[in-house]
Amino acid sequence: MNDESARKRYWLDDPANVRRVIWGLVGVCALVVIADLLYEKHVHYGFQHWLGFDAVFGFASCVFLVLAAKQLRKILKRGEDYYD
Amino acid sequence: MIESLPPGLVLVLGALLVPLLRGRLRQALLLSLPVLGFVQLWLLPEGLIRSVDFFGYPLVAVRVDALSKAFGYVFYIAALLNTIYALHLKDGLQHVSALVYSGAAIAAVFVGDLISLFVYWELTSIASVFLIWARRTERSSRAGMRFLLVQVSSGVLLLAGAILHFTETGSLAFDHLGLVSLGTGLILVSFGIKAAFPLLHNWLQDAYPEATVTGTVVLSAFTTKLAIYALARGFAGTEILIPIGATMTAFPIFYAVIENDLRRVLSYSLNNQVGFMVVGVGIGTEMAIDGAVAHVFAHVIYKALLFMSMGAVLLRTGTIKATKLGGLYKSMPWTTCFCVVGAASISAFPLFSGFVSKSLILTAAADEHHTITFLVLLFASAGVFHHSGIKIPYFAFFAHDRGLRVKEAPLNMLLAMAAASALCIGIGVYPDPLYRLLPFTVSYDPYTTTHVVTTLQLLFFSALAFTVLMLTGLYPPERESINLDFDWTYRHALPALGSFLTRTAGAHSAALKEAGRRVLGRALERFTQLHTPPNILGEPWPPGPTAMWAALLLAAYLLLYFL
Repeated sequence: MNDESARKRYWLDDPANVRRVIWGLVGVCALVVIADLLYEKHVHYGFQHWLGFDAVFGFASCVFLVLAAKQLRKILKRGEDYYD
Repeated sequence: MIESLPPGLVLVLGALLVPLLRGRLRQALLLSLPVLGFVQLWLLPEGLIRSVDFFGYPLVAVRVDALSKAFGYVFYIAALLNTIYALHLKDGLQHVSALVYSGAAIAAVFVGDLISLFVYWELTSIASVFLIWARRTERSSRAGMRFLLVQVSSGVLLLAGAILHFTETGSLAFDHLGLVSLGTGLILVSFGIKAAFPLLHNWLQDAYPEATVTGTVVLSAFTTKLAIYALARGFAGTEILIPIGATMTAFPIFYAVIENDLRRVLSYSLNNQVGFMVVGVGIGTEMAIDGAVAHVFAHVIYKALLFMSMGAVLLRTGTIKATKLGGLYKSMPWTTCFCVVGAASISAFPLFSGFVSKSLILTAAADEHHTITFLVLLFASAGVFHHSGIKIPYFAFFAHDRGLRVKEAPLNMLLAMAAASALCIGIGVYPDPLYRLLPFTVSYDPYTTTHVVTTLQLLFFSALAFTVLMLTGLYPPERESINLDFDWTYRHALPALGSFLTRTAGAHSAALKEAGRRVLGRALERFTQLHTPPNILGEPWPPGPTAMWAALLLAAYLLLYFL
């Protein structure tokens, strides 16, 4: 059974399908920003009214988070047996 | 008889029967206890108070109100889910430990005085450590000891604070306390340790990933959430909690990004989620408290679900390191689905439980004009999707196929995950029953166009950021490593300092002895002088502060002894 499932090709094994998923994500991202034009926003702060505020904030937050964590690793990383 | 039993004790007493039974009978007992407890709680009327006399002082053994009931219900649900998840286990120790621990946590939310709270507070600590030790490795035994020390210290601080508070006010009642004196300050620190405040947090990430497959799931539900209950009861509206909570939401997620042990990643994100609740308690408005309680309810279930899915991976593959995992969706499709449901819930996707609970806290923060806090929480929301929503499922089940071909998780584990998933989606789609359970039952509609669209923007663009960073190779690759955190101070720096001092002292022992004799002689002289009236130490001391100092010294001694 194991050999059989190891040989089996899954949908995501095809790089073309992975590309489809990525383009799908890009499409959804575009849609949710365009959606901002179609309704009246009820928010607390002026800056939240900007077109796609949450989109930009989310993207920037994650890039900052990952790049900052990458720098932190330079200081904090130790071998797995550090405390042993 | 069962109605007169304080809530939670049905689990503690039932645990005593576990060693006597085997096989199906034991499983039936394990499953029936949380159900029995839940029904008992259901029947208890709100407003019920039952006092017992303790050396002439009335202790409130049972106090039932909306706040305690909400915590009681979700703790029983967690206890039942955990039991189903661990049903295949033959290890009686873990079953007993889990039952006593959950029962003590439930009992703790239904007491009305600080002494009873202390008793159950310590019982949760002692019972829970066996879930770590039950892994029966050198590593888990040491991690468990560190965990126990911190937890017991939290209890000692609670007792010291309670005694001091009693001498100042003459009351042991566990109602709103506020940060008004040294006594209540000690109590706040005690709660803060269990809630894993920044710099008091490291016991969590240190110990939880070292527990057994099922033990980590149990641990994730109760300890920190009991602390949130205690904070909501005693310190609602205490402003210092707002920056503390905001720090908790933001600071652990940097670690979560670079951590390799996926159960440790989840521990960091647990810390981050509890931060949202602490902010809610700190804001203290009706909506904020309701938000904190709603978030506890949703969180206990989705966090358990995420730990369950990672537990199943650990059980089947023997590892939980991101560097060794990947492609498991092929052999564990059900576990993958359930993990994704947990990931969507913690990320607060519309139609999942986090969406209807977390936004109460963010709205309350904005209503009260805590702009910076609001932005930090928004940053943390994007971050949590990044490391819990994407990283966990991606590295375990997708990413590089490492050729691992294992069996799907055992049936009972799948059932527990399915039930937890159903609750996550159920709460997300139909939040009204949850909202009705909340202490202030605020009216709130999470499904406004603005909320749905802005949330989707935040989440999809976080996913886009992850994709871009992956494709450009900027994303830090997984590495077989650990990252230094605050536990470095007591696991490395202090012992190193200690051994340095011992070595130095050994090298100069003769001179030191001579100096010691001189200092001691002088101290003795001064001591005799001070203890003769009218000097300060010649007077009798009031018992409250003395007891407090004795308790603090004991805690310090314990810590130093074991390190």
